[in-house]
Order: sequence, then structure tokens, then C-alpha cells
Amino acid sequence: MRRELGALIGFAVGALALLVLAPALLSDFRLSLLGKFVCYAIVAVGIGLAWGRGGMLTLGQGVFFGLGAYVMAMHLKLADAGPSGVPDFMKLYGSGEVPGWWEPFRSPVVTVIGVIAIPSLVALGLGAAVFRRRVRGAYFAILSQALAAAFAILLVGQHATIGGTNGLNGFRSFFGFALYDPVNKRMLFYIAASTLLVVLAIAWQLYRSRFGELLMAVRDQEERVRFLGYDPANIKIVAYVVAAAMAGVAGALFVPIVGIISPASVGVVPSIAFLIGVAIGGRSTLFGPAVGAIVVAWAQTTLSESFPSFWIYFQGALFLLVVAFLPSGLSTVASLRRRTREAT
Amino acid sequence: MNTVRSVAILCALALATSACGSRTDTGSGGTAAKSCVDTSGDSVKVGFLNSLSGTMAISEKTVFDSLKLAADQINAAGGVNGKKLSVVSEDGASEPTVFAEKATKLISSDCVAAVFGGWTSSSRKAMLPVFEGANALLFYPVQYEGLESSPNIFYTGATTNQQIVPALDYLKEKGVKSLFLVGSDYVFPRTANKIIQAYAKANGIEVKGEEYAPLGHTDFATIVNKVKGSGSAAVFNTLNGDSNVAFFKEYRNAGLTAAAMPVVSVSIAEEEVGGVGVDNLVGQLTAWNYYQTIDSPANKTFVAAFKEKYGQGRVTSDPMEAAYTSLFLWKSMVEKANSFTPDDVKKASGGVSHDAPEGMVTVNGENHHIAKTALIGKVGADGLIHTEWSSAKPIEPDPFLKGYDWAKGLAG
Repeated sequence: MRRELGALIGFAVGALALLVLAPALLSDFRLSLLGKFVCYAIVAVGIGLAWGRGGMLTLGQGVFFGLGAYVMAMHLKLADAGPSGVPDFMKLYGSGEVPGWWEPFRSPVVTVIGVIAIPSLVALGLGAAVFRRRVRGAYFAILSQALAAAFAILLVGQHATIGGTNGLNGFRSFFGFALYDPVNKRMLFYIAASTLLVVLAIAWQLYRSRFGELLMAVRDQEERVRFLGYDPANIKIVAYVVAAAMAGVAGALFVPIVGIISPASVGVVPSIAFLIGVAIGGRSTLFGPAVGAIVVAWAQTTLSESFPSFWIYFQGALFLLVVAFLPSGLSTVASLRRRTREAT
Repeated sequence: MNTVRSVAILCALALATSACGSRTDTGSGGTAAKSCVDTSGDSVKVGFLNSLSGTMAISEKTVFDSLKLAADQINAAGGVNGKKLSVVSEDGASEPTVFAEKATKLISSDCVAAVFGGWTSSSRKAMLPVFEGANALLFYPVQYEGLESSPNIFYTGATTNQQIVPALDYLKEKGVKSLFLVGSDYVFPRTANKIIQAYAKANGIEVKGEEYAPLGHTDFATIVNKVKGSGSAAVFNTLNGDSNVAFFKEYRNAGLTAAAMPVVSVSIAEEEVGGVGVDNLVGQLTAWNYYQTIDSPANKTFVAAFKEKYGQGRVTSDPMEAAYTSLFLWKSMVEKANSFTPDDVKKASGGVSHDAPEGMVTVNGENHHIAKTALIGKVGADGLIHTEWSSAKPIEPDPFLKGYDWAKGLAG
């Protein structure tokens, strides 16, 4: 009961901070920046589920983030080009014709479904192939990272159809709303913030359910769960697919907020960067990953503004400190103190 | 079950508050933002946005250094329109999204009068909507693939008809009848090679091969073998970064020489010669608009001042010079307009010229590129590049290659 109360208070504080305080206190630029961090936080909630609860160290969430983002970006490019129009970059670098596999994304409905369905299906296929063969631990981590690297290389090579290294950019509108308009930028922030709350609520429900218990059991003692008659592969696949869907939604929101998606945002480095916030915040807690992701991103920006030449060292130092002294993350400080008090 | 319901209500509330955008005509973008540039004091802010961390830092740091030098010199001479420049620098971190973020920050939080920087095409493409949306000014100092002309960007590096096309003219003049194209796999080499193919077709030059390597690729045995087997008269090299080291080492190992099969490079400047190794490069050709060895009073002053500020071992290169010049061009535009407001500066920009280290440059008011002299250089044993050939006069920028019959259909 105490737990539930804590979570409810957490939701209330989160909603208050994101939907009331932030819009009231921050300038348009800072709010939009926070919107970008909120997207990272949505990815982080998924990683918390897969890694923190499920023990799957996924170093390749950039793939699912990228799939969601590119689907949205393709729709925005097509929408800007108008009915049966051709996106600007295709005229310059491509054949001047829209490839057939772009066409479905002219429809907003297909796009919204695709943002969730495409990453989920890829995760389903991958999870089925990997977890059924009982690939886990470091092997799974390396595999997922290789996937992110391959995905980025694939994108870089597709110069004429998805913009290569330049990626997709220069969007003017979002489902009919002009992106230059500050009012619409605020709206995007509200959408992202609300999505984060919804995603957290989904994670909370999963954690409280029997599935959540099983997932943790699989993380801690996979063989025992198997002997009890459950198939750990299925449990892991579900968690992996949900995490992928969350990353896809985050990618789709990232595109209109930031205005560009390129291979630099989906490869190995950003995939690992997603983990930093989760590790620092506390991977197995409900709010830890999201809070960690936002705090780390915010700190990065602030530090790089104050010390443009050597901010990156601070980030490294923080990560080292947390890994060395608080291996379960900052949000475990409280329970750590409780334990030490009980011990003495 | 109560708790579930309250969370659901909370979420519904959250979603309800978010449905409050204003649907406006998408065509009217660009007027929404108001400039907040403060020109009331005796100083004015400018932004320098270069990658000081990440893979591009090694190149962009040099541009940052020369921008700083320009700002110092302008301040020492009394500033711009009587106002001292106060520099706000930001790290683009070699990531397009960070460039977009920092550009927004410089424009809307710091209220800078203009931003100088960017290097990769993807960083420029990421910043373009930001500058157009806020109607602010960006000065972009690097040669690039053309096919772009934003009213809010001034391109002070070369476009294709000031670098690629003159290099081809030079090769044609030398009687080169066949070419092999080698490039990194991204937008600049792809576009450059498209142009080269069209030029070659129209001028009776045979392109014997076109090969791409991923950025950062370092195994060139296969490609160099193909080059060697092709028996081409020359190689056109649009490789970027580390790949050049591996390519030229392999080229030399395969017994290919600058005398027998010269390589024309468009991404190797004085900064890169040391990295690739002078031994591997001696006698090879480059195409730029500036070399440290240019014999003019303006360049001598620039090189001397740069070495004095940063050390005798440092060299100056084309992008550094283009960045250095961009600050002076902006100064002249502001003084001509007698205003720091972007719209006034844009209006005054056409015809503004400056006696830059590379020679006289003039801003084209239509496409916001600048007229530059093309220089073909040869790498010397001293590690510097010496002018071998130069265009008769500064070449008017033509980013969409409209003035070239053979280029019809290239620009979409």
C-alpha cells in the first residue's frame, strides 16, 4: 500500500512539474529542449523495463527510436510536399520519384500505427530469434549493439531515398500545424510530456502485474522460472517489444520537436547514451530511468553551455562516480541509507 | 483498483491539456519569431558554433581559432559600427541535433546578431530551418555540394562551380581523357561525382570507375587495385578524414605516383597534409580557393597574426580562411546597412566585397554565396600547398549550376 501511495505521489509530482511548472517557468526554447529530453525519458522507461526489470542489457534502442523517427519524418516530408508531391531532397539527390515503400506513409493513420507497429514487429522478430535460442547477458548486449551499428550504416548508404548522412530535416508542419509557430511548439511539448506520463503508467501497471513479477523472476533466476512451467523467452519477448514500442513513440515525437533525424541520432553512440541516464537514475525503479534521462540530458546541455571546451569530462566523471559508488543508480540512495541504518 | 482509475484520470487530463495548438497556414512560417538582439550598449553579441568535441572537433577547432582571431582583430580596430564584439561560443559536438539545439539557444536565449560556424552538410541542414524560422543569420565557412540557397545563410566556402568544375577544367586543359572517382559515402562526394559524370560526358572524358567507401573506412586495397587496373589518366578524390591516410598509403604501396596518375583531392588542405603524411602526398593536386602560400599582403598579415596567436607550428587552410573572412564580410554588411537587423543586413549584402587573404571576394546578393578565385595546388615537400593554376578572375557562385548547359537536370 505504501508503495502504491509513493507511485501516486510520483505521478502527481511528475504531472505538476511537466504540465504546470515547466510551461510556466521556462522560455519557449528551454521548454522545447525539455521536450527533447522527455523523448529520451520515454526511451529510458522502456530500457528500465527491459534492462532494469528484465535483465536484458539492450545497447541497441537507437534502432527502434530510429524506426519510429524515420516513419514520422517520412510522413512529415510527404505532408510538406503536398498530395502526390515529391520531398525536396529526392528531387536534388534522388531519382525525383517517391519510392513505393514511402507511399503508405502519406496517410497520417498509417504513420501513427507504423510508429508503434514497425519497431514492435522488428523487436518481436528479433526477440523470437534471440531469446528462444537462450542468447543472454553479454552476448545479447553485443548483438543489440551490432544491430544499431548495422542500422546506422544502412541509413548512411541510402542517400537518394532517406537522405543518407544528412537524414531527413526541414519539416514545416506537423499534422497540419505549422512548426515555426511557438504555440504549436508548446503543444508538442504537452504531447510529449503527456506521453511520458502515459508510458510511465503503462510501466507501473506492468510492474504491479503478475507479468512484472515473472519478468523479475526471469531476470534473477531464469532456469527456476523454466522449471516452474513458464517459458522465459515469451516473457522476455513481451518486455523487449514493449520497450521497442516506447522507443519508437519517443523517436516519432523527437522528429517534430528537434526538426531533424539523421543516422547520428540512431547509431551506437546515442544508443549507449540512452543507457547513461537509466543507469544514473536507477534502472530497476519506476521513475529512476525517466528522471535520470532528463537530469543527465539537462546537465549535459548546461555544462556544455558553461564549458564548451571540456564539458564532456564532467559527464564521464559523473558516470564513473555513479557506477563505482551507486551501482543501482541515484534513486537508490534512500534505500541504501535505510539499509546502512538497519545494519548499524 | 481505485489507484488505476486515478492514474487513468490523470493521464486523460494531461492529454486534454495538450490539445491546444493553433492550426495556422503552414506557408506563413518565418514571421512568428521576433529578434531580441540588444544593440543598445557598446557591445554586440555574436555566436560561434563549432564542434569542440566529437569526431569533427579536429577540423572545426581550427575554424573556431581563426574566428576568434578575426573577432580579436575587429575589436582591436574599434569593433563593428562602433560596438565591440562579445563572443558566445557553443559546442556543436559533431551532432546535427546539437547544432540545431545550440543554434536555437544562441538566437533566442543569447540574442546574438549572427552565428558563425557549422562544417558538415548534415549540421548545416539541421540548422537551416532554425535560422529560417527565427529569421536569423548563419555564416557557413566550408566548401560544400551546392544545390542550396537559403536567404538566412551566407555561404563563404566554395560551391561546386568554384571548386569541382574548375578542377575539371584544369584536368581537361592538361589533356586528361579518363578519370577514376573515389569518395566517401555521403552527400558531398555523391553530388560531386554526379556533377563530374555530367561534365565528363559533355567534354569527352571517360569515367572508368566510381567507388565509395564508408566514412572512416581504412582498407583501400580493393579500391586502389581497381584504380590501378583501370589505367585512368587521373583520380578525382572526394574521400574525407582518416580514409585519406589509408588511401594514399595504399596508393603509394601499389606503385602509383603523382607523375603517372595524379590524384586531385578536394578535402585535403594544409591541416590534413601532416596527418596523411607529406611523403604520401608530394606532387599530388588539390582544389581550393585559398592556400597558406598565397603571396599577397592580406594573406601575409593573416598568416603572421595566426601564427603569433596560436604558435609557429600551426598552418592556415581554406575553411579557416573562409571563416576568418566571413566575420569581416558580416562587419562590412552591417556597416553598409548601418544596422544589425538581419533583414537590413541581408538587403545590404549584395556587392559587399573584402580584400581577403584569398584575394578579393564579393557577396552575391541573390544566392548569398561569394565570388571566389579557384586555385589548383600541388603539395610540396615542405608540407604546404603551392598554387599551380588559378582561374583568371573570381568566379561568380552558381550553386544550382544554372549557367552550365551540361548540368541541366542535375538540380532536380
